[in-house]
Amino acid sequence: MSDVASSARGDLILSHLTKSYGDFTAVNDLSLTIPKGSFFALLGPSGCGKTTTLRMIAGLEEPTQGTISLGTTEITHTKPYQRPINTVFQNYALFPHLTIFENIAFGLRRRGIKDVDEAVNKALNLVELPHLAQRKPTQLSGGQQQRIALARAIVNRPALLLLDEPLGALDLKLRRQMQIELKWIQKEVGITFVHVTHDQEEAMTMADTIAVMNEGQIEQMGSPADLYDNPETAFVANFLGQSNLIKGTVSSNDGDNQIVDLFGQKISLRKDRSHGVDSSIYAGIRPEKFRISRLETATSGNILTGGKVEDVSYIGVSTQYQVLMPWGQELMVFEQNDDGVAPFSVGESVNISWEPSFTFGLRGDEDAEAGTEVNPDEDPGEE
Amino acid sequence: MRKVSRWFQRNLIRIYAVVAFTYLFIPVAYTFAFSFNDSRKSNLVWQGFTLENWQNPCGAPEICTALGNSIKIGFLATLFSTILGTMIAFAIGRYHFKGRSTTNLLIFLPMATPEIVLGASLLSLFLVFQINPGFWPTVIAHVLFCVSFVVVTVKARIASLDPRLEQAAMDLYANERETFRRVTLPLVAPGIAAAALLAFSLSFDDFIITNFNSGTMTTFPKFVYTSAARGIPAQANVIGSAMFFLALAIVIIGQVVSRKRKVS
Repeated sequence: MSDVASSARGDLILSHLTKSYGDFTAVNDLSLTIPKGSFFALLGPSGCGKTTTLRMIAGLEEPTQGTISLGTTEITHTKPYQRPINTVFQNYALFPHLTIFENIAFGLRRRGIKDVDEAVNKALNLVELPHLAQRKPTQLSGGQQQRIALARAIVNRPALLLLDEPLGALDLKLRRQMQIELKWIQKEVGITFVHVTHDQEEAMTMADTIAVMNEGQIEQMGSPADLYDNPETAFVANFLGQSNLIKGTVSSNDGDNQIVDLFGQKISLRKDRSHGVDSSIYAGIRPEKFRISRLETATSGNILTGGKVEDVSYIGVSTQYQVLMPWGQELMVFEQNDDGVAPFSVGESVNISWEPSFTFGLRGDEDAEAGTEVNPDEDPGEE
Repeated sequence: MRKVSRWFQRNLIRIYAVVAFTYLFIPVAYTFAFSFNDSRKSNLVWQGFTLENWQNPCGAPEICTALGNSIKIGFLATLFSTILGTMIAFAIGRYHFKGRSTTNLLIFLPMATPEIVLGASLLSLFLVFQINPGFWPTVIAHVLFCVSFVVVTVKARIASLDPRLEQAAMDLYANERETFRRVTLPLVAPGIAAAALLAFSLSFDDFIITNFNSGTMTTFPKFVYTSAARGIPAQANVIGSAMFFLALAIVIIGQVVSRKRKVS
C-alpha cells in the first residue's frame, strides 16, 4: 500500500466539489465534512448527484473542481487503489471467476499480505457465512452476495467504507434485516460508513447523519429526527415522509413565536422552526401530528376549522383521512386507532388541531410540490 | 384421420428438427462412411469395409505433407491473429479515441470482401514487393482475414463484461496492470479461446486465398482440390472425419467444463 493509503485517517472533507459532464452539472460546489467513525447517508432521488459524489470519493471519477481530503491528506487526484477506501458496489461486483475466499482475499493479496487465512475467515464469520468460502459468487443468493461484498471491503480495514445502494436488489424483509445488521457491523468495526441511497426509510434507520441531496447540492444535513421534525426546505419536507404545506403570511410576532395567517385563520409557529425569509410562508405539519375532532369537542393549540372528510382509509395501526379545507386544499391526517374515538366518516364536518411546536415554516416562494414527484420505491436508483 | 393430424401438429417441431439435422449431417456421414471404403482406385463407389485407411492415414502420396503445412499455417495464423485481434478488440471495446468508429467499420471489410478478390490482390501486392508466394505469404494472408473474426468475437465478450468488476479490482488495491491480469483477462479468456478456435478452423480450410499465395506449397484443401480430378483418396476422408470429431470433442469438453463450473 502506498504512503497515502496508510497515513490518511480521520474525517472525510469534501471542499467545493464539482463534477460537470459538458453542460450538465452532476455535483455542484458541494462542501461536506463526514466525521470519522460515523454512519453517514447521502440521500436523494436518482440523478441528484449522490452516486457521482460517492464515485469521486472512491476515485472512480475525477472531480472537475474542488478537493477531497482524509484527515490532513489530500486524495483528490490519487488513484482508487492508492486510497484507504473500499466500496460495496450496487450489484456487488463480485469476481465471478474467483471463489468467495479469493474474492475476500483479493484486496489483502494486492497489498502484498501473504497470510490471509485468518483475516478472511474472520470477515466470513462477521457476515456469518464461513461455510461458503469455496463457492463461486453465482452459486450464492442475492443476500449472501451482499454480505460477501461487505466482507470483501471490510477485511481491508479501510478508513472509509462506501456503500452504493447496497440493499437495493434485496426484497423488503431481507432489506430490513440487513439494515439492522449493517448498523451493528458498523459499530463493531468502527469504520466510517458513507451510504448512498434513494430510500429515505433505509437512510433514517441506519445513519447517524443524513445529507439530503437535490440537483447536485445538499438541501439539508442533520440527524434523522432533525430532518424529519424540522425540515428547512419543501424538498426535504416532502422527500422524507409526507407533509402538509399550507400557504400563509406572517401577520405578527409574539415573543418566541410568529403568528401566521392561513386563509384567515391564525396559528402560531416557533421562530427557531421558521425558515422563511419574509412574510410569505408555508406552514408545514406532518400528517400524524394532526388531531381530527368533531365540531363540539374542545381542542387546544393550533386549530383550523371548517374541514370536511373527503376520504377515509383504514390501515390497521392508523386511519388516514383526506380533509378538504374551506380554501380548497386537501390535508392528510393520520390518526392512531388507539383512542376509542369512533372513526369519522366521509362528509363529516371536522376541525383539525395540533401542538404549535410541531409546526415548521418554509419560504413562501418555494415549490410546495418539490420532492413529491419521485417515488422512492419505484426507483431502481441507477444514475 | 384427425388423430394423425393432431399427432403431426404436436410433433411438427421435432420433425422439422430431424429433417434439418439430416440435411446438415448427410455430407459428414457420407465422408465418414467412405473413410472406411476399401478403395484401390476411386472412392466414389462402395467397394467394401476396411480399417486400412484409418491405420495408415498418410498412405496417399503427399497427403501428410499437405496436412502438416495446413496445421503449421493454421497454428501461426491463429497465434498472430489472436494476439493482434484481441488487442484491437480491447482498443475498440474499451477506449474512446479519434477514428474509433472508422476502425470498427474497417475491421469488417476483410470479412465483406470476396475471397477471390482478396486473394488475387494480395498476390499482386506480394509480387510488387518481390515476395514469392509460399509459406510465409500464406501465413500473412491468413492472419489478415482471421483478425476480423477474432476482433468481432473478442469484442462481444468485452462488451458483456461489467466494467464495475474492473472498478472493484481497482478499489481493492489492484493497479491497472494487476486489474488486467487478475480480472479482465481471465474473464475475457473464454472469448479469446473461442476466437482462436474460429481462426484456426478458418485458416485450416481456406482454399481460395491460399491457392493464390502459396505457390508450389500444398495445403490440405489444395491437396483435396487437385486430387479431385483423379479421385480423392479415402485418406482424405479419414483426415476430414478426424478433424470433425476433434472439433466436436472440443465443443463437448467446453460444454462439460462450463456446466461443471456452474454446478460445483
